[in-house]
Amino acid sequence: MRKMLLAALSRVLQGPAAAAAARPGAVSEVSRVVVASRNYADFASEATFDIKKCDLHRLEEGPPVTAVLTREEGLHYYRTMQTIRRMELKSDQLYKQKIIRGFCHLYDGQEACCVGLEAAINPTDHVITAYRAHGYAYTRGTAVREILAELTGRKGGCAKGKGGSMHMYAHHFYGGNGIVGAQVPLGAGIALACKYFGKDEICLTLYGDGAANQGQIFETYNMAALWKLPCIFICENNRYGMGTSVERAAASTDYYKRGDYIPGIRVDGMDILCVREATKFAAEHCRSGKGPMLMELQTYRYHGHSMSDPGISYRTREEIQEVRSKSDPITLLKDRMVNNSLSSVEELKEIDVEVRKEIEEAAQFATTDPEPPLEELGNHIYKNEPPFEVRGPSQWIKYKSVG
Amino acid sequence: MAAAGLGLCRLAVLASGPGPLRAGVWGRLPPLAAGSRRHAAHFTFQPDAEPSAHGQTQKMNLFQSITSALDNTLSRDPTAVIFGEDVAFGGVFRCTVGLRDKYGKDRVFNTPLCEQGIVGFGIGVAVAGATAIAEIQFADYIFPAFDQIVNEAAKYRYRSGDLFNCGSLTIRAPWGCVGHGALYHSQSPEAFFAHCPGIKVVIPRSPLQAKGLLLSCIEDKNPCIFFEPKILYRAAVEQVPVEPYYIPLSQAEVLQEGSDVTLVAWGTQVHVIREVATMAQEKLGVSCEVIDLKTILPWDTEAVCKEECFLNLEAPISRVCGYDTPFPHIFEPFYIPDKWKCYDALRKMINY
Repeated sequence: MRKMLLAALSRVLQGPAAAAAARPGAVSEVSRVVVASRNYADFASEATFDIKKCDLHRLEEGPPVTAVLTREEGLHYYRTMQTIRRMELKSDQLYKQKIIRGFCHLYDGQEACCVGLEAAINPTDHVITAYRAHGYAYTRGTAVREILAELTGRKGGCAKGKGGSMHMYAHHFYGGNGIVGAQVPLGAGIALACKYFGKDEICLTLYGDGAANQGQIFETYNMAALWKLPCIFICENNRYGMGTSVERAAASTDYYKRGDYIPGIRVDGMDILCVREATKFAAEHCRSGKGPMLMELQTYRYHGHSMSDPGISYRTREEIQEVRSKSDPITLLKDRMVNNSLSSVEELKEIDVEVRKEIEEAAQFATTDPEPPLEELGNHIYKNEPPFEVRGPSQWIKYKSVG
Repeated sequence: MAAAGLGLCRLAVLASGPGPLRAGVWGRLPPLAAGSRRHAAHFTFQPDAEPSAHGQTQKMNLFQSITSALDNTLSRDPTAVIFGEDVAFGGVFRCTVGLRDKYGKDRVFNTPLCEQGIVGFGIGVAVAGATAIAEIQFADYIFPAFDQIVNEAAKYRYRSGDLFNCGSLTIRAPWGCVGHGALYHSQSPEAFFAHCPGIKVVIPRSPLQAKGLLLSCIEDKNPCIFFEPKILYRAAVEQVPVEPYYIPLSQAEVLQEGSDVTLVAWGTQVHVIREVATMAQEKLGVSCEVIDLKTILPWDTEAVCKEECFLNLEAPISRVCGYDTPFPHIFEPFYIPDKWKCYDALRKMINY
């Protein structure tokens, strides 16, 4: 009886609730009532989606064209992507308030890449990327408060405040690298270590479309293919290398083919399921000992290259708006989940509220945590048993490095 | 380690007093309160007087004086080309604004993101006889090109017995600390190149100097690296001649005569030591000689240590520079050798 009543209630309320959901930001009385009496049994436990077929290079078969998403996975991905989005927007705010200084390269718009990649690999696998690293620091296990504290340069930051935006590190996450392209040979080296230790681990080596023209990338392709290293090279193609569009920088914009003798796939980087399936496919390829693989993730960043770049002098506002309205990764996932009864608008809104609160608390921590003590200036240059003296600005100023 | 200043003492005695400054004395300073930020620069730019010898002058800041120099070069030398990352729209520091529109896209063009490629390519352009002006976007990124500079550019004339050379190559790069650059936008790498025979390394202190020195570098028949102090791009404003003029390389300039202590610096640090010299005169009654080295390699040994220098020194030569750590993200105000550190070193040297 109660079930029938509830079913009738939800049917009656579906109409106005759907209309309310169509108005962004609207919170109606109706949806509040629905939340109060929601029954989780109303949601499906999983759904299957068609995903875009990937372009292939030197491969007979590619990743599957359908993906199964369970409710738990969906909610987890949504929460993670939303956290990253909110965290980046909060960083934007803090930067404009001059609480974060220096360089700050924001990741919003590209969340599906880091969350999708993480979903397809194990925590014991390794990841290395360039400077647009906040998203990866989070998915690799760093708390939001530590990331924000690192941005503000406080001792609670994940690199003790010594690295800043471009140099964040976590367990099996090797940063956070400032020099463009320099992290790619490192990734191959990590992959060699994985192979050597025989623990069935792989390394995801990320770089951007601008970095794809650096010489050391090609040196790395050769080494990885020659020694069949379990390395997935991932080019996050967000169409612009700082202010230069890919057409103006690269003779070949088919970044997934640039590995030549390394098989490659081109993936829709705004669709988290596409990224996940492609990464699973590539990871399987590497783990089975077949050697490296190259993935190009076609994605987009809403912010400019960094906070000093307004991001509109080399692209139009209309373009940014178009991507935001048609291909936003979080909206795509949300629509999928709601339309397939994996979740409801209200439940996702609840997650939004929780995420906002978490970010606010983290920002509070990041602004109030004290800066690292001055002793840290000289620490961690070398590893030495006895503390050694660092040359100071003049021969009379000595500084001790204690670690 | 970022060496940004040099102190020489001709007449002083080191005090054998309480011993060297104890480690951690700076650590006794109270920690910076959360939220407090240093906003003032560590120097005050001191412009030179308007020159009268080179015709009409215009008010220019450092990046404008660079643009003017490049404009002069492109108009007079039909083989001159400018290339680098983002130079087409004007450059990330606006040093090449307007040049592409004026001279065409085959003379001012962008390269992809490849420093080693940029310099190697530039060497090739120069060897074939054109004037190549390559821009490396930040001096911190010059290292992939280090091999090309040191092994190829510097040795070309020597190893070919003067059959070939890349003397018409000039590499420009923004240089030095800027207040918020952290590890990879603040470096001063001139020391790495200072031991490489075959190239010249030049660092100006002001717009007036920059234009003259850059034009000399471009004219010079040897590959030159021209570092531009990025913190001065907007902060330094002077009256600069519109027409080209040349300031000779490898000649240091004595900005202020003195008899007790010699202070030598280059780039932004020149303005710091000028202040230190004033402070020393007022507070200690010490007369300082201030020298702007300008060219790091080959440097003006004669100006800096005239004749039997070593035996005349009354105190060991003191260097004041950054700490021997990577350029830090948050300790920058503490790291850089500001006027207080220089003054302190000077004081200690006097009491040697």
